[in-house]
Amino acid sequence: MSTETKKVKTVKWGEEPKLGWKEAMYLPAIASGLMTALKHAFSGKTTTRQYPDVEPVIPANYRGVHRLNRDEAGRVKCVACYMCQTACPANCIEIIAAPAPKDDPHWKDRDKFPETFTIDELRCIYCGMCEEACPVDAIELTSVYDLTGMSRQEMIFDKEKLLSVFDETVNSGRDPIRTNRGALGPASEEASTAKQGPPPPGRGRHG
Amino acid sequence: MAKVIVNDVEVEADPKDNCILAARKAGVEIPHYCWHESLSVVASCRMCLVEVGEKKPDGTIAWGPKLVPGCQTPIKEGTVIRTDSAKVKTTQQMTLELLLLNHPLDCSICDQAGECYLQDYTYKYGKAQSRLDEPKLQRMDKYHIGEQIALFTDRCVMCTRCVRFTREISGTAELQVVARGSHEEIDVFPDVPCDNKLAGNVVDLCPVGALCSKDFLYKKRVWWLKHAESVCTGCSTGCSIHIDQNEDKVYRLRPRENPLAQGHFMCDEGRFGFKYIHDERRLTRPKLSDAVSGAANRKSHATTTAGSGDLSFADPWTDVLEVARRKIKDAVKSDARGFVAVLSPFMTVEEAYLLASFLKGLDKRVRLVLGPVPMVGSDDKYPKGPKGESPAEDKVRFTIRAEKCPNRLGVEAVLRHFEGQITGLEQMMAGANATSWFLVGGNSEGWVTESIDRAVGQPGLLIVQDIFPSPLSERADILLPSGSFAEREGTYVNHSGLAQAVQAAVRCPGDARADGRILLELAERKGLFNAMAIRKEVGNAIPSLVALTEGDLGEHGVKIGGVAREPIHS
Repeated sequence: MSTETKKVKTVKWGEEPKLGWKEAMYLPAIASGLMTALKHAFSGKTTTRQYPDVEPVIPANYRGVHRLNRDEAGRVKCVACYMCQTACPANCIEIIAAPAPKDDPHWKDRDKFPETFTIDELRCIYCGMCEEACPVDAIELTSVYDLTGMSRQEMIFDKEKLLSVFDETVNSGRDPIRTNRGALGPASEEASTAKQGPPPPGRGRHG
Repeated sequence: MAKVIVNDVEVEADPKDNCILAARKAGVEIPHYCWHESLSVVASCRMCLVEVGEKKPDGTIAWGPKLVPGCQTPIKEGTVIRTDSAKVKTTQQMTLELLLLNHPLDCSICDQAGECYLQDYTYKYGKAQSRLDEPKLQRMDKYHIGEQIALFTDRCVMCTRCVRFTREISGTAELQVVARGSHEEIDVFPDVPCDNKLAGNVVDLCPVGALCSKDFLYKKRVWWLKHAESVCTGCSTGCSIHIDQNEDKVYRLRPRENPLAQGHFMCDEGRFGFKYIHDERRLTRPKLSDAVSGAANRKSHATTTAGSGDLSFADPWTDVLEVARRKIKDAVKSDARGFVAVLSPFMTVEEAYLLASFLKGLDKRVRLVLGPVPMVGSDDKYPKGPKGESPAEDKVRFTIRAEKCPNRLGVEAVLRHFEGQITGLEQMMAGANATSWFLVGGNSEGWVTESIDRAVGQPGLLIVQDIFPSPLSERADILLPSGSFAEREGTYVNHSGLAQAVQAAVRCPGDARADGRILLELAERKGLFNAMAIRKEVGNAIPSLVALTEGDLGEHGVKIGGVAREPIHS
């Protein structure tokens, strides 16, 4: 009972403003609207963007095409934990995991890797949940916005394509800012207290 | 019964219980790793430390001076257990911190994540941070533990459940603890891998992700899996199982605890023996041979050619079942004694009942026989002795039975009711004089031997309902592709007369249908196949299966009394 009364108190009900005779005529509102339009028309400042001749500067937190990051050894950083696939509200990510090739010295410190990693860029809603869920900062949304294709099949990005997006964007100087590329973000409680660096990706055994 | 007070709640507990079981009765969870109901007690993980005292007759409580392991402490009248005091909570946090000291925290790639007791207990009882400054101990993974088992050594919490399992349940004792202190590890002797027939159970027993099944390794994250309660069809023990599936693909079978059937475990034959249900050779399309396809088939041809190419949305079953029904009726009318139906021991009770009641309803003289019952070797009993010998009868803890089918008793009960006697297919083949055959298979592997093939020959009407192609299905007049155990719904009766319900976990491949649905429509019964409704009907119709009138058999199933002793109805 007490919680109910509390609820009533905390909720503020907005009252619809009453229309006077002046507002009911709508003429002052029309006039002020026209004034704004005229002011912009004769101000002498053009705001037309000359796209695609001049490309706009996209904010660094823009959520565009995905990329799959590589680790220091050039391997795909993804450990195939399926967190992004689990978090994805649009069901556009599909991963098939496999044990890492143990005989290959290149892979000997890794246990699991994604054999395939497919993102349906058409189905994706670019919400960024995947990069938020990723425990190893392997998937990121770049600021590449002009994604086009001639067929639906073309827009289903596989692992190689996603890695090539990384290769193309890694030196552009415009890294995504939401993930911290291996360092824990300020939202983490650990960040301020941890003495040593963040946990290394993967099993953490060999760094 | 003894009165025990758990966190101020008074409960009645069995005097043989330990504190964990007594607390469970009060709805209180005492976290534990090393203790398992069917294994001996070692009290090594220290996770279940609780405060225990005794209530004196004058009402005062005499608390023990130290915390005691709940798994090792028996209860008695007046025992007082406290699991929520600050002292217990701090101890739980410290224990978890210790267990996690060298744990790699690689949940993101660990197969156990999602069903891991380290995760669950840390979330419930642990703390967020570790105070360890030193680098963690790193150990090599061991892929040589067994053919089906991999050990991720650094995830292990040394609960030794697996070691005790191989010593006490399988009796093969391959696993042991090597080295000491913080260097102790689970290992096998060189060249003696853990490959006994129950080895897969150590993966289930492992409360953390240390022992993993190589078969399931990295195949699916466990939170994607949906579970259906079913019964293993590998042998007549009828182990209760969970079928774990995702998107109509079965990924693994896990034993489901059932004290009436098998206990906590299952054998590897059953555990890994389900793969056949995804075999590419499965029959997926009902078929009429040219001989029987009359007007109905021409009609279906018309519908297929009207559309473009092979894209036909017409239900192929409508024609097939119609023709089958007509052909069966004609055949029974012309020679009822020559109509033989073979009921497979892989059928559920409901399916057997549907077929038997349909055919006997047409004519009483139709003969029903029991399909071949696969037998392999003799019963395999555990725990094995040091030389691999079978244990004494009173020491048996697990049995893999020689009878490799789930429901001989159930089908026999149906046959005995409708036919009065049980005739095996092999017995009656010689003097069959059959003009029409209705053969139901559904076995996990080919069951049509050369002699069966020869005995059936070229009858007037051959109807085959099976999941795999065989010489008989090749030349069948009417072929009805049916469902495997994971696609069926119904009841299986195990070797001891325990009737357990099975749930359908996945859909049949292609156009195949579960047997129950085929037979229900063949018998022109109204509505959809509902195992529960048919089960009640079976219970009412067959006196020896009266226990099935319940409908809902519950988690553990019900015993049907005296299947074998039922008086013969003629």
